Amino acid sequence: MSALPTARPDPAAGHLGQRAAAPLLSLRGVHTHIGAYHILHGVDLEVPEGQVTMLLGRNGAGKTTTLRTIMGLWAASSGELAFRGESIRGLGVPDIALRGIAYVPENMGIFTDLSVQENMLLAARGARHAQQLDQARLDWIFGLFPALHKFWLYPAGKLSGGQKQMLAVARAIVEPRSLILIDEPSKGLAPSIVQNLIRAFGELKRQRTTILLVEQNVAMARALGDRVAVMDDGRVVHAGAMADLAADEALQQRLLGLSLGAHA
Amino acid sequence: MLETHDLTIRFGGHVAVDRVSCRFEAGTLTAIVGPNGAGKTTYFNLISGQLPATEGRVTLDGEDITSLPAPLRTRRGLGRAFQLTQLFPNLSAQENVRLAVQAREQGRGRAGGWGGIDFWRVWSDHGAWTDEALHILAGVRLADKAALPVAALPHGDQRKLEVALLMALDPKVYMFDEPTAGMSVDEVPVVLDLIRSLKSRRDRCILLVEHKMDVVSELSDRIVVLHNGQLVADGEPRAVIASPVVQQAYLGLAGDEEPVPAGGTATPAGAHERTHR
Repeated sequence: MSALPTARPDPAAGHLGQRAAAPLLSLRGVHTHIGAYHILHGVDLEVPEGQVTMLLGRNGAGKTTTLRTIMGLWAASSGELAFRGESIRGLGVPDIALRGIAYVPENMGIFTDLSVQENMLLAARGARHAQQLDQARLDWIFGLFPALHKFWLYPAGKLSGGQKQMLAVARAIVEPRSLILIDEPSKGLAPSIVQNLIRAFGELKRQRTTILLVEQNVAMARALGDRVAVMDDGRVVHAGAMADLAADEALQQRLLGLSLGAHA
Repeated sequence: MLETHDLTIRFGGHVAVDRVSCRFEAGTLTAIVGPNGAGKTTYFNLISGQLPATEGRVTLDGEDITSLPAPLRTRRGLGRAFQLTQLFPNLSAQENVRLAVQAREQGRGRAGGWGGIDFWRVWSDHGAWTDEALHILAGVRLADKAALPVAALPHGDQRKLEVALLMALDPKVYMFDEPTAGMSVDEVPVVLDLIRSLKSRRDRCILLVEHKMDVVSELSDRIVVLHNGQLVADGEPRAVIASPVVQQAYLGLAGDEEPVPAGGTATPAGAHERTHR
């Protein structure tokens, strides 16, 4: 499998390295309402740069809503969201994306009438033609997800469920990003492809890509997570190092209602 | 109970399911595994009638149902839960399940066909259906969310609701397409327990598409492997999991360092050790 090519500097990564101590992304007391429902009840979350932060918790805890609120897809009704120290609350989704934040939604959100290639082009900020895509990076992606190469010029709607999921992840990594928000990338993927994903995220991490990952695959959470935030009832109820949670069975039982070791 | 005979579908030049012959018995849980794009969901679509077969036949209890549309196959006892949820978003969880109970009861009371809606019966049985719907929702631990519209439920709860709908229909053949995908880890056992209890009845035929190999090896009596639309392995779980086709093409264990050809078609060596029967 080809390795991840050395990243070109992210055009949006202006202050890289200047604030090593400050988190890349921070949420303070974020509340989000969806229609009549009050989903987030004051989320406090810090996502340090160059690490993988796992967002865990039961169904309905608010994980997906948190990702969508960061991306601007739901408006926060109160609280602060800061990216590189600057408020992003109230910005439109395109403005947030242009800062180098990518999002892999749970429902994949691919354009079924467009080809796989066109879906990838739309996700790349700088490219208007296939020739402008970074070929070395594409080869790396094809190594991870061979099906995308095979069906490159086919309508994305013809892909199988798992292949659509591959495309959704591929769009987020088609170019270097500052922050990737991912909602369950392993869902529906064959075990060999999940292994590829773990390897790929590991390589991205070594290139200082920051990842905020919602994932139910315990093997993946343990292999990749540096930090962990556990949500319940629309709040972050625990934040710390993944290794500490992985070592503490009583804490796992209390926070997640299960033992991670039992599923590893 | 359920059988496919040389079942095939072509999309243009692409053969998505290629002469798959397989027999599924009552009291058996068969896991269908294979790489992404192997044709697992398409095979389900051909069995349940969501897609028309190009060639081949599907029989249920010996009766040819190949030309029947999906709703009539459901009436004969084929039940399907989908990989991507198919629910009524503006109805409550309880109303969704009640409709499935109602469909089952009216289907049983009127095996001959749709006829009309019997409004007196709808009125008199309404309470019983609602009670049963609540009971089924409790089984998937959704009782406290029964009154919420489906659109307000998180994804994992929608998947549980989909399983509840299938339980309400109580078909002869249960078809699960990745029932636990998108569920949080503490909720997966709830669904696995339900499938286990179905299995213990010994009178239902269960088909399961699933990628989690711990789930597959624990629940299944038999594993069928699809690859490039063809049935390439079929047998007792331990033997199938140990076979080269599963180890390499699916789990990616053997030959892990082997580079996947960037221009390749993802056809691993040894994948055709067994072609269709």
